[in-house]
Amino acid sequence: MTTARAAAPTASKVGAPQALARSLLPVAIAVAAALLVDLLAPADSYAEKLLFDIGINVILAVSLNIVNGFTGQFSIGHAGFMAVGAYVSIVVTYYGGYALFGDVIPHESWAGYALYFGSIVAGGIGAALAGYVVGLPSLRLRGDYLAIVTLGFGEIIRVVLQATPDALGVREMRDGIPAPDGTLHKLSRLEWPLHLGGALGFPHPGAYNSLAWTWVAVAITIMVAYRLRESTHGRAFLSVRENEIAAEAVGVNTTRYKVNAFVLAAFFAGVAGSLFAHQIGAGTASRPEEFNFMKSFEAVIMVVLGGMGSISGAAMAAVVLTLMTELLRSVGDYRLVAYALTLILVMILRPQGLFGSEEVWQIARRWWAKRAK
Amino acid sequence: MTTFLEYLIKGVSVGSLYALIALGYTMVYGILQFINFAHSDVFMLGAFFSWRLATAFHLTEPTPLGATAILLAAMSLCALTGFILERFAYRPLRRAPRLNVLITAIGVSLFIENVGQLPWAFGKNVQQFPPLVADHTFTLGGVNVRLVEVITVGAAVVLMVGLNLLVYRSKIGRAMRAVSIDHNVAGLMGVPVDRIISFTFVVGSALAAAAGLLVGITYGQIKQPADSSWILYGLKAFVAAVIGGIGNVEGAMLGGLLLGLSEQFVAGYVSTVFRDAIAFGMLIVILLVRPNGLLGRRVVEKV
Repeated sequence: MTTARAAAPTASKVGAPQALARSLLPVAIAVAAALLVDLLAPADSYAEKLLFDIGINVILAVSLNIVNGFTGQFSIGHAGFMAVGAYVSIVVTYYGGYALFGDVIPHESWAGYALYFGSIVAGGIGAALAGYVVGLPSLRLRGDYLAIVTLGFGEIIRVVLQATPDALGVREMRDGIPAPDGTLHKLSRLEWPLHLGGALGFPHPGAYNSLAWTWVAVAITIMVAYRLRESTHGRAFLSVRENEIAAEAVGVNTTRYKVNAFVLAAFFAGVAGSLFAHQIGAGTASRPEEFNFMKSFEAVIMVVLGGMGSISGAAMAAVVLTLMTELLRSVGDYRLVAYALTLILVMILRPQGLFGSEEVWQIARRWWAKRAK
Repeated sequence: MTTFLEYLIKGVSVGSLYALIALGYTMVYGILQFINFAHSDVFMLGAFFSWRLATAFHLTEPTPLGATAILLAAMSLCALTGFILERFAYRPLRRAPRLNVLITAIGVSLFIENVGQLPWAFGKNVQQFPPLVADHTFTLGGVNVRLVEVITVGAAVVLMVGLNLLVYRSKIGRAMRAVSIDHNVAGLMGVPVDRIISFTFVVGSALAAAAGLLVGITYGQIKQPADSSWILYGLKAFVAAVIGGIGNVEGAMLGGLLLGLSEQFVAGYVSTVFRDAIAFGMLIVILLVRPNGLLGRRVVEKV
C-alpha cells in the first residue's frame, strides 16, 4: 500500500496526454497479446477452451475483488449477476439477430460482430442495473447479513430464470405460438425477451465468442480495477474497508461508495456472463443451473486465496485454480476436497490471503530489496 | 377448506423442520455472531448417518424402538461432528475478523459435502431411506394427514420444549445466555466460555441431526451430500432464524413455522416454482423493515 501511495503524487505531475498513454498502453499491449494468442491457439482445441475458462474466471475474480477486496463487503452472489449478463446478452444476439438478419445463427460479419459487441455491453449494463437494485437495499446491511442476502438474490435470479417459458424458435417468432384453440397467437417483439428457455436455457446460443474477445475483456477489467484503486473513488472504497465509521466521519458517503463498487463489479460479472453465453461449443452454457451458488463460491475462493484487495493476486488465483481444476481431473472428487481444505488452511494459517492486499510486484520488489542487503 | 387445512398441516410439519435447523443457526449466532455455514451439512450428515445406521442394522420395517434408537444415535454422531468442527475449524479463529470465520465456515461446508460424496463415504447416488415410520395416511374430517407429519411435529415440539428447559431452567443454559450477552464478562464471572461454546455447537448439531432424520423419513429418499438441495434447506432455515430474530430461541421457532406455512401456501395457491424464492423474498423484506427480526432486540452499535 505504501508504494502505491507514494506513487500517486508523481503520477499527477505527468501531463494529461502522457497519463492517458500510460493508462492505455497496457490495454493496447494486452489487446495485441490477446489477438496473437487467438491466432496461435488452434480453433476448437483443448488449449483454447482452457484459455477461455481462465479468462472468464479472471474477470469474475478481479471484478468480485472490487467489492470483496476493495470495500471489504462480502458478496457471495456473483454468479447471479453473471447469469443476468448472460441472459441479457443472449437475448440481444438471439432475438436481436432475428430482428436484424431474419435467423438466429451467428453472423461472422461486421454487423454480426457489432451486434455481439452491443450484446456484451448490454449484458454488462443489465447486470449493473441488477447490481444497483440488489445493492441499494442490501448494502445497508453488514457482514454476514450482506453475504446471505447476496446469496439469496443470486438464487432468486436463478429460480426466476428457470421459471421462464421456452425460448422461441424462428417459426414461432415469425408466425406466433399455437394457442389452445389451434390458432396461432402472434407475439409482439416486446414479448420475445420473456422467453428465456426455462430450466434448459437457450437451445442454440450464438457462438460469437473467441479468445480475442475474452482476453480483451480481461485486459480492460484488470486495467479498470487497477486504475480505479489508484483514484479518489478507489481510495474511498479502501477507506470503507479499513474503517467504515472513520470513513463516514471524514465525509465519505459509505453507502454510495459501496453501491458504486457493487454496480461496477456486477457490470464486469455481466460481461463475463455475456462471453460465457456466446462461447463456441458451450451449447448448454445458458442453463440457469450453471449459475448456482457453487459458481459464486468459486469466485469467492479465488479472491480469498489471492488476497483481498490484491488484483494480481485474484487474477493469479483464478489462473492457478482453473489450471488446477484441469490438472486434478484424474483424482476426480478429491479435487474438491483439496479445494475446501486449502480454503480452511489458508484462513487459519494466512488469514489475509496469499498476497494480502499487496500486488505481486510489490512483494517481489521488497523481496529483492531484502536480498540485495 | 380441506385443501387449506392440508396446506396448513404440511406447512406446520415443514416449518417445524426449519425451526429445528434454525435453532442451531440462531444459538451459534447468538454466542459467536457468525453464520455457521456448515450447519446445513451437519443436518445433511444427520440424514446420512441415520440412513447408514438403519441399513447397517437392516431396519427395513417400521419399528418405534428402532426409529428412536436411530434418532438418538444420529443425534450423538452429529453432536460429535459439531464438537469437532468447533474445536478444530472455528476455535483457532476465535479472535480473527468475522469475515475469515465466515469463509472458513464456507470451506468447512464444502469439505463435508465433498468428502461425503466420495465413494467410500456416502457416494453420489440418490439413496432410498428406510421406512422407519409406517407410511400411513389417515383422514380427519376429510383432511388427509400423513403419520410422518404428525411424528415430525411431535418430535420437534418435544425437542424444542427440551431445549427451552435447557436454556432457561438449567445452570448450563444460564451460562449460555451469559456468554451470548457478553463472553468477556461471562469469562470474568467464571463461566468456562470455550466449553459453553462447544456445548452450544453440540446441542445445535444434535437438533439438526433430528431434522435430518425426519426429512429422510418424510421424503423417503435422500439426495447425494453435495446436492444443492441440502444447502438450500439450510439457507431457508437460516432465513427462518433471521425472520424470527437471530440469536433468539423462540424467534427461530416462530420464523420456522412462518416460513414453512408461507412456502406451502405459495406453492399451493400460486406456483411451486416460486417456493424457493419466497424465503429470500421474505428475508429481504424483513431485513429492510425490521432488521432485528420479529422477536429480536435492537442492537446499538458502539464505536
